[in-house]
Amino acid sequence: MHITALPFAVPLMAAALLVAVRHWSPRLVNDAVAAGVGVAVVAMLGILLARSIHAPIAYWMGGWRPSHSVTIGISFSIDPIGAGMAAFCAVLVTSALVYSWRYFEGADGLFHALMLIFMAAMVGFCLTGDVFNLVVFFELMGAVAYALTAYKIEERGPIQGAINFAISNSVGAYAIFVGIGLLYARTGALNMAQIGAALDGHHADALVIVAMALIFIGFLTKAAVIPVHFWLADAHAVAPTPVCVLFSGVMVELGIYAIARLYWTVFAGPLAAHAEELRAILIAFGTATALWGAVMCFAQRHIKRLLAFSTISHMGMFLCGIGLLSAHALAGVAVYVVGHGLTKGALFMLCGVLLHRFGTIDEQDLHGRGRILRFAGVLFAIGGLLLAAIPAVTVFFGKSLLDGAALEGRYPWLPAVFVISSMFTGGAVLRVAGGVFAGWGRPWAGGAAEQVAPAREEYDEEGISRDRTPPLMIIVPAVLLAAAILIGLIPGAVPGIERAASHFHDHAAYVGWVLRGGRPGFAPAATTHVEAYDYLYAAGATIGALALAGLALFGRPLRRRLPAMLLRPLVAAVGGLRELHSGHIGDYIAWWTAGAALLGGSSLMLLT
Amino acid sequence: MSFLPFAVAAWLFVAGLYGVVSSRNLIRTILSLTVVQSATYVLLLGVGYRHGGRAPIFADIPQVSTAVDPVVQVLVLVDIVVEATVTALLLALAVQAHKRFGSLDPNDLRTLRD
Amino acid sequence: MNRTGRLIMFGISAVALAAVLVKGFAGLPHFGDYTGVYGTVINGIGVTERHATDLVTALNFDLRAFDTLGEEFILFASILGVVLILRELREEREHPHQEEAEEHSFAGASAAWRALALGLIPAMIVLGGYIVLHGALTPGGGFQGGVILAAGPLAVFLAGRYLRMKVVAPQPLVEAGESIGALGYALIGLGGLIFAGVFFKNFLPLGTPGHLLSAGQMPLASIAVGLEVSGAFLVGWTEFLDQAMVIKEQG
Repeated sequence: MHITALPFAVPLMAAALLVAVRHWSPRLVNDAVAAGVGVAVVAMLGILLARSIHAPIAYWMGGWRPSHSVTIGISFSIDPIGAGMAAFCAVLVTSALVYSWRYFEGADGLFHALMLIFMAAMVGFCLTGDVFNLVVFFELMGAVAYALTAYKIEERGPIQGAINFAISNSVGAYAIFVGIGLLYARTGALNMAQIGAALDGHHADALVIVAMALIFIGFLTKAAVIPVHFWLADAHAVAPTPVCVLFSGVMVELGIYAIARLYWTVFAGPLAAHAEELRAILIAFGTATALWGAVMCFAQRHIKRLLAFSTISHMGMFLCGIGLLSAHALAGVAVYVVGHGLTKGALFMLCGVLLHRFGTIDEQDLHGRGRILRFAGVLFAIGGLLLAAIPAVTVFFGKSLLDGAALEGRYPWLPAVFVISSMFTGGAVLRVAGGVFAGWGRPWAGGAAEQVAPAREEYDEEGISRDRTPPLMIIVPAVLLAAAILIGLIPGAVPGIERAASHFHDHAAYVGWVLRGGRPGFAPAATTHVEAYDYLYAAGATIGALALAGLALFGRPLRRRLPAMLLRPLVAAVGGLRELHSGHIGDYIAWWTAGAALLGGSSLMLLT
Repeated sequence: MSFLPFAVAAWLFVAGLYGVVSSRNLIRTILSLTVVQSATYVLLLGVGYRHGGRAPIFADIPQVSTAVDPVVQVLVLVDIVVEATVTALLLALAVQAHKRFGSLDPNDLRTLRD
Repeated sequence: MNRTGRLIMFGISAVALAAVLVKGFAGLPHFGDYTGVYGTVINGIGVTERHATDLVTALNFDLRAFDTLGEEFILFASILGVVLILRELREEREHPHQEEAEEHSFAGASAAWRALALGLIPAMIVLGGYIVLHGALTPGGGFQGGVILAAGPLAVFLAGRYLRMKVVAPQPLVEAGESIGALGYALIGLGGLIFAGVFFKNFLPLGTPGHLLSAGQMPLASIAVGLEVSGAFLVGWTEFLDQAMVIKEQG
């Protein structure tokens, strides 16, 4: 498959070209080249996806094929889940580029170049089969992300957000380096399949467990899981809108993807005896994240920060899904990621509309002012319902797979956690939709007195009046939301993902087709149906979300009647949680160390 | 004695983290981050060492002689490039932080909080 | 959290983390007992297969050339980020006065110091160029040589002439050079795809080990990377020096 390396190489070359001529090239050229490259990459990845469904592709860079099952070169080991994830990244980057067409201040081509490099890094990350290559792309993603977060340098927030982001993620990356060093010392290999083959058949000892814990905590930092999540809310609150779309839509999800990939290719063999305990550890982290994110989400006034915490909550749910360590759960997460990414991207884009028109993103300040943006308001409300997993949308199918997998895996209380998280995250978005776009209820006086300073986007000043929203800024989110609704309904889409997931988790087959080539013989996959209880959970979450939103908007007299004894400890608890998000990098790294020690210690104790 | 390099790596990792957590100046925080990364260098290079091994440069020595592992050297090379670039980015951010906040103390960078 | 609370939480966690790390490291083979298969294979076949004598460079620019592409773009993207973060805003304006800017530089630099610095410049450029070109033969390569090359124009600054440095290495030109280096390396990979069927497959004649023009694409890759690295570092240093010396707040 000759085009295999091109989806990675072409955006990089285009970015280099754009930078070389940036002092002389007009804005239209930058926009056109960037968007054009994006579309081309999506097309190429589509072809790769189709091919990989037929038979997974192992492409060895430089022609260095393995001999006697010893790998010398770097491979792109492409299976449908990897190709699909890469294609999804490319789609979101392209839509972000189209969204920011002309009206987003482009810093003389720097923005476009950085976005293209970001896309290349994410594509490479999803396709690679070499563990060190994975880290290189992780760092490339990171470097671009730190720079893009600090885009609005004239304000204080972006600078602080970028610093916190950069230091937190770098520490995570260094932990991954150490883990890789340990695995290399033990197995003498850097290719995932070869490491997995070398570790197979041996029981996991302390070295392998510590390597796993370090690698996982690094990727969990990227995935913004408790307690290493603090950087995400800061970064999202201040990064420019098209960048937030990518952060929440795909970048953090790649952390979960890496954990799934590395577990099934490298660690599944040696840890097979203790899968139950590992499940417990991952689900513990995931549940804490889902609930913490959900509560914090509802307590926010800054709409972008609200969406950031909603992302954290969903990441917790994804981690629970991966943590179930089963093929069905994996399929559920894959479907859910697609639905969530599209929805969250659209919601951020609509926030961009608000910022562009009114110059503020504070829920209180915006109360009622969104009435003139009726269509945007409808879209926003739809987004909220999608997050609550209203039946028949993509997110719903993902959820139902997850619920089924949870019951199979003997975690019957997990769907309840999902319902609660969806209620709060969906409810928060619905509250914003009702308050800002319809003017319902009275301005909600929740939250601490000191709030994040409302951010102002910098838009092209040439004659664009703030009375008109550029049509692309509404069309693109509408398209994303339509996709979020329809993708799950495409016949064969969800069963296809289920099949792909069962192949993904077939460890022996992976080692076979990467190291020895040829078509693998996969066991036929069982596909599931949506059960009645799935509809029940979804209905519960949706109604709960609407109820919470309604309570927040209209429930002031009700709140006054609640006994202070009930209310005060709740408020104090939430207030305490919020205090922890202090913005101080020392705090964040102290929590990181605690998280690393917790994951490492619990792994060593439970998995030996 | 043969464990010493790895013990040093572990110590550097944790000491660097301490520097990041306790620092009152952003520049010191960034340099402590560098210390954390140097733990990875020590670990990787320590893993690849072979007693009596020469450098994997065969211009003058015959090919059959023992040489240390070239792969970890490549990994460390990449590692160093990554460190240089992240440090450059962070220092640029520190320059801007000083201009916007008037101070480099993390305690004073308090715009973003809940 | 206040400082004490933070340090206490960190202290406990750090001790636990250190214990975890030591427990994991204890499983490592003893220092000096490297028996891995990857390194041994490379040491065995590197010279005969790739006709290169520096096997670290052989890995960097041939066997694992794909990693180097990513690595080089990390540098590229980070320097783009530095340019983005330190870019000039409307409120700040470049101070046009040459003399005043030079007052901030090594105005007190003695003539001897300046002469020494200026004498270093050709030496560094030659050394940097040598290391870049001989990447496949002796220790060094594009990355190492590139940094030394970048130090040449920087010495102009050390000699006390900041604005002269910007004349010797003007920003748009250096940026263009950096981008061309990055692009060039990717094109070598593309050349492998077009002429040899696989991305980054060595498509140039391998020559004799030990000669300057050997090991196929490695010298070429080395030059591309050297160009990119030197450009990147110069751009980065110029941005930082701009902040310190030339840009002033209006008023």
